[in-house]
Amino acid sequence: MLDYAVKRLGLAVVIVSVAMLLLFSMIYLIPGDPASVALGPRATEAMKAALRERMGLDQPIWVQFWNFYSRAWMGDLGTEVLSERPVLTVVGEQLPYTLALVAGGITWSVALGIPLGCWAAVRRGSWIDRVVGVLSVAVIAVPSFVVAIYALLIFAVALQWLPAIGAGKPGDLGDQLVHLILPSLAVGLGWVGYIARIVRASMLEVLEASHIRTAYAFGLPDRLIIYRYALSIAILPTVTLLGIGVGQMLSSAVFAEIVFSRPGIGKLVYDAILTRNFPVVSGAVLVTTAFFVLLNLLADLIVGALDPRVRSSF
Amino acid sequence: MNVLEINELNVSFATEEGVVHALKDVSFTVPERRVVGVVGESGCGKSTLINAILGLLAKNGRIDGGTILFEAGSDLTRLGPAEMRALRGVRISTVFQDPMGALNPVISVGRQMANVQYRSGRSQAEKMALAAAMLRQVRIPDATAALGRYPHEFSGGMKQRIAIAMALMMEPALLIADEPTTALDATLEVATIELLRELQEKIGCSVLFISHHLGVIAELCDDVVVMYAGEVVERGTTRQVFNDPRHPYTQRLLECDPARQAQRVRRLPTIAGEIPDLRCRPAGCIFAPRCFRRFDACAKAPPEQDIGGGHVARCFLAEQPETAKERT
Ligand SMILES: Nc1ncnc2c1ncn2[C@@H]1O[C@H](COP(=O)(O)OP(=O)(O)OP(=O)(O)O)[C@@H](O)[C@H]1O
Ligand SMILES: [Mg+2]
Repeated sequence: MLDYAVKRLGLAVVIVSVAMLLLFSMIYLIPGDPASVALGPRATEAMKAALRERMGLDQPIWVQFWNFYSRAWMGDLGTEVLSERPVLTVVGEQLPYTLALVAGGITWSVALGIPLGCWAAVRRGSWIDRVVGVLSVAVIAVPSFVVAIYALLIFAVALQWLPAIGAGKPGDLGDQLVHLILPSLAVGLGWVGYIARIVRASMLEVLEASHIRTAYAFGLPDRLIIYRYALSIAILPTVTLLGIGVGQMLSSAVFAEIVFSRPGIGKLVYDAILTRNFPVVSGAVLVTTAFFVLLNLLADLIVGALDPRVRSSF
Repeated sequence: MNVLEINELNVSFATEEGVVHALKDVSFTVPERRVVGVVGESGCGKSTLINAILGLLAKNGRIDGGTILFEAGSDLTRLGPAEMRALRGVRISTVFQDPMGALNPVISVGRQMANVQYRSGRSQAEKMALAAAMLRQVRIPDATAALGRYPHEFSGGMKQRIAIAMALMMEPALLIADEPTTALDATLEVATIELLRELQEKIGCSVLFISHHLGVIAELCDDVVVMYAGEVVERGTTRQVFNDPRHPYTQRLLECDPARQAQRVRRLPTIAGEIPDLRCRPAGCIFAPRCFRRFDACAKAPPEQDIGGGHVARCFLAEQPETAKERT
């Protein structure tokens, strides 16, 4: 177990390092002098020189990368171009909103996807199965920003059931949750489809297994067989899938945050790109990447905790 | 008294290519405290027979006629799902072929054995105590600790013994074993057979034992039922069927009997020809196309011929044992 965790952690470090290298070269390869790009056309030569020095742009490239790399691991992601606030602080302020959004998306996809996939498999060929089959393809095919816009138009504008914009009053958890419903639905709806499909497929496979036949031959109640004996195995691929799903939900979050005018990493990066605030862009992307890698690690550990076969092979 | 009495059982499956008549007029009995072996080639309907008894036929399968009387009372073909479930795991238990896959991989052995007792009204501690006692009976070392382990932590032979323990825990009247030893190697097979026999005598249940392996049947079973293409072609005591086979199919099978041959044959011998298409069964004797003794009368289906002492064969020539000349 420990061996496995160490190995996985090592891999995570490598992945994050590669992401850093890519980010660094992206900034380096952007045509033009980063300092003048960042400061805009009206900046004086003296201002540019000062910024170049502050950003370390006057040093050899490998020194620049090493500085970037070693500082990033210490949590120093540089400072914002204009306000000079530490990037980590800026990103840290926005991160909880995005995490809440992704957590909401996961909640929707698990809370709807697992039961739908399970029922479709148990009542294979029935109308429920067919409806789930069609709907799951449909929601996978619709881009999340379309879902976001329609959800906003229907539930917030036309029906006025739910608030349209913002993240809710600070400190008021209930209000914040209400504001989370629509944007997280936009983020998670496609994944309801993915999860329903994978749970259905793996459930059908598990229901064919000989241990399920044994369970029926022992006269166990149907509910125990379906939920405890079969579903607990059929959901295992879901956990791994969700680890990857988080990455996609993070990118859907950008749209949801813009459509619903919510604060968050997506909104932050979007605004930073418009204002060419590159340290914030790379810092935010880096933090999200690290977060994504961490969640995948977590997903593997959860599979381990749920599946005794995997647990003992650690 | 008979624990199980099957009369003229017919089972068919509806498929896209037509109706498969998997069992035709199957009749035999499983008397109290006896071990009855069912032997036959792959596809002859052994698993279908078990599933019909358990009420677990596939969705496309149905019982077209016949009765399955259990413990001289209820006709299993007429019971509803809830009544069938009440019998399964309590009065009728099953051990399946595949020891690797027969236990749930994500639930501990103790939990699974406790779940089987869900109708017993015992406390969780009592259920676990009984499970541990049962594991000890099938010689699982360190039984109490074994309760907390998962199936993958046991060897194939141990898993099969756990499956046997689970099946016999509720002291059923009938144990059905569908090729329980086929996946095991020869030494384990012998040990498992001896264990089954020992527990059967202790509990006093009857066993319906399905196998490809004639040697195992001869060793374990009191009575034998020989099946071919969904029909019972011969049945009787093991001694009757093995020493004096009357149906040409049984005779071909026994020519390769491991007891008569130097090397042990694990699978049934191959006989020239193929099993007939079960979608359109020939009008006459089912074995006629592959039979070297066939003659004009075989165009009509032979009735069961009583040879005496419960020995029955479905062949017009059952009264006349084959001669050495005919065999060559
Ligand atoms: N669900 C089903 N639908 C259609 N045909 C079926 C179905 N189940 C079994 N059959 C057919 O019924 C016949 C008997 O099958 P069965 O599985 O009972 O044989 P078996 O004697 O158990 O074989 P084996 O030794 O390989 O386990 C076969 O021809 C098989 O193709
Ligand atoms: Mg079979």
